[in-house]
Amino acid sequence: MTPSNPPGLSSSQPASDQWPLWEVFTQAKDGAPHEHAGSVHAPDAEIALQNARDTYARRGEAVSIWVVPSSAIVASSPEDAGPFFDPGNDKPYRHPQFYKIPRVGKEL
Amino acid sequence: MTDPALFGYLLRLGDDRLVLGHRLSEWCGHGPILEEDIAMTNLALDLIGHATMFLSLAGEVEGAGQDADALAYWRDEHAFRNLELCELPNGDFAFTMMRQFLFDAWSVPLLEALTRSAEPRLAAIAAKALKETRYHLRHSSEWICRLGDGTEESHRRAQEALDELWPWTGGLEYQDETDRALQARGIAPNPAELLSSWRGLTREVLTRATLLVPDGPMRMTGGRFGRHTEHLGHMLAEMQIVARSHPGAEW
Amino acid sequence: MEASSTAQVAEDPARLAEFEARLSRGETIEPKDWMPDRYRKQLVRMMSQHAHSEVVGMLPEGNWITRAPNLRRKLALLAKVQDEAGHGLYIYCGTETLGVDRAELIDQLLSGKAKYSSIFNYPTLTWADMGAIGWLVDGAAIVNQTMLAHASYGPYARAMVRICKEENFHKRQGYEILATLSRGTPAQKAMAQDAVNRWWWPSLMMFGPSDKDSPNSADLLRWRVKQKSNDDLRQRFVNLTVPQAQAIDLTLPDPDLKYNAETGDWEFGAIDWAEFYQVIGGNGPCNRERLGARRKAHEEGQWVRDAAAAYAEKQARRKKSAA
Repeated sequence: MTPSNPPGLSSSQPASDQWPLWEVFTQAKDGAPHEHAGSVHAPDAEIALQNARDTYARRGEAVSIWVVPSSAIVASSPEDAGPFFDPGNDKPYRHPQFYKIPRVGKEL
Repeated sequence: MTDPALFGYLLRLGDDRLVLGHRLSEWCGHGPILEEDIAMTNLALDLIGHATMFLSLAGEVEGAGQDADALAYWRDEHAFRNLELCELPNGDFAFTMMRQFLFDAWSVPLLEALTRSAEPRLAAIAAKALKETRYHLRHSSEWICRLGDGTEESHRRAQEALDELWPWTGGLEYQDETDRALQARGIAPNPAELLSSWRGLTREVLTRATLLVPDGPMRMTGGRFGRHTEHLGHMLAEMQIVARSHPGAEW
Repeated sequence: MEASSTAQVAEDPARLAEFEARLSRGETIEPKDWMPDRYRKQLVRMMSQHAHSEVVGMLPEGNWITRAPNLRRKLALLAKVQDEAGHGLYIYCGTETLGVDRAELIDQLLSGKAKYSSIFNYPTLTWADMGAIGWLVDGAAIVNQTMLAHASYGPYARAMVRICKEENFHKRQGYEILATLSRGTPAQKAMAQDAVNRWWWPSLMMFGPSDKDSPNSADLLRWRVKQKSNDDLRQRFVNLTVPQAQAIDLTLPDPDLKYNAETGDWEFGAIDWAEFYQVIGGNGPCNRERLGARRKAHEEGQWVRDAAAAYAEKQARRKKSAA
């Protein structure tokens, strides 16, 4: 059965022999957003950063790394998908095509 | 050979890192946790990479057609110029990390000084190796703190490791004609200056790790002139066996 | 649509139907999505087995790191084995998204409850084995993993994509080692041929028995975790590999190997499945040594893991009382 908490929410569980789980986000190059790369186990933030670097950045794939305890991640639930995400196609004013303007050149 | 002093010095730099890297590589697949297995292998890769650069340059300087492989695989132990500190067997994780820390705390100031070497090829290698070596020092320092200030058992093991390794650090201040000649030419730093950086660094971390810095006499050392412990022979026998079993072969 | 007869939990038929509809639409299942208990269990089994294989797989090649015959090979082999640790790590983390702790998975491996790929229970006896393993074992793994990159479970598929990117250098490295040996001294050539002779059949067995004899295949195919049968994958591997052997002047130890011009397949001889079941059952040449090494590392590492955890706790308490 699907657990009610996201897996990794360990506050109610005993400490793992394998250390807590951390999520790793890496920035591929200057100006890019940080993207989820995967997870590592680590006892604390410093080791988490080092482990993340060794695991996800040893081929030079990152210029910056974020690590977050997995238990700190709050995720939307699939059940939310309707109210949370459905665009409700009755709001065209959110899209540029809705607006008719005289041709004034490329700036707009 | 036109420059035996530089050749000898490069062998020391290369051999330290080759032997230490080889020792670290023995942990691969046997680390205390998967992430640390990956970390130690990274250290090993970096060190062997640095060794390859130093030994390649040594071969060039020697001018007898030897490359890094020839020097690594075809010299006998009395021709190796590494510190005994590097060749000691790994022991437990505390011993390995303590030995690594004591070496890294030396290697960083040494490489920093070498980036200013009057020999540009050496300065270039030092610059490349320095970044990675700073990361090594960060890694080993953090582990010394965790072991020294972790559990009673880890503290005991860390202290025992330190007590056993400390007397070998006398080798760090070894100086001979090679060092003096290269210092005079602005190629190599004075080991005594590096030692004061090393002492400051190690004292700071070891204290933070709640460990006692030992105070006893240093062991007699001879690694820098080819007089090694019994361990190196076994290590090289294993390292060199395949290469030496097929003289002239390519791999 | 109905829950499988061996399922322990009676699944809600409406949710099950929607789940299977999602799969047939080609959708990806993510950790928080509803999934049948049996799907979850099969994935935990399959993914953890895969992760165990990567980690145990470090050992046969790790055996030759200290004897690698030149610095370039030494570095490459170290990097390869390190990648395998990384792959194990990615897949364990993927498995953990299904609600199981890595410590529990490791316990299952070390207690002998969990399986890992049979291939790693064979010994590496010469340097040439490094070539054979890279070329054949990683080659077989690539065929399998390329398929799994499209698995229905998101974390597994994503781990596979990352692994596939890294895996290609492994196979090339192995093939290059053998190619060099094959054109080397007579002793080197003999070493290479001997290694291939020992690793060929076990590599074919990596794909598992024919699906009709494989208890989990039906579920995994239905749920789009696998997309191809074991036999299909095995045949693909053989077709890729035979020309590669020819290109480096090494033979494969199968007198029945022959090309079928109509199907385009290289037909091969009968696999000795008795050997496979022996090895997977624990009586292969190295089973005890492999697990023994992993147990030793785990036990001897206990105090290290405990130390790091204790330090983290102390630091957290210090921070709190300083605040």
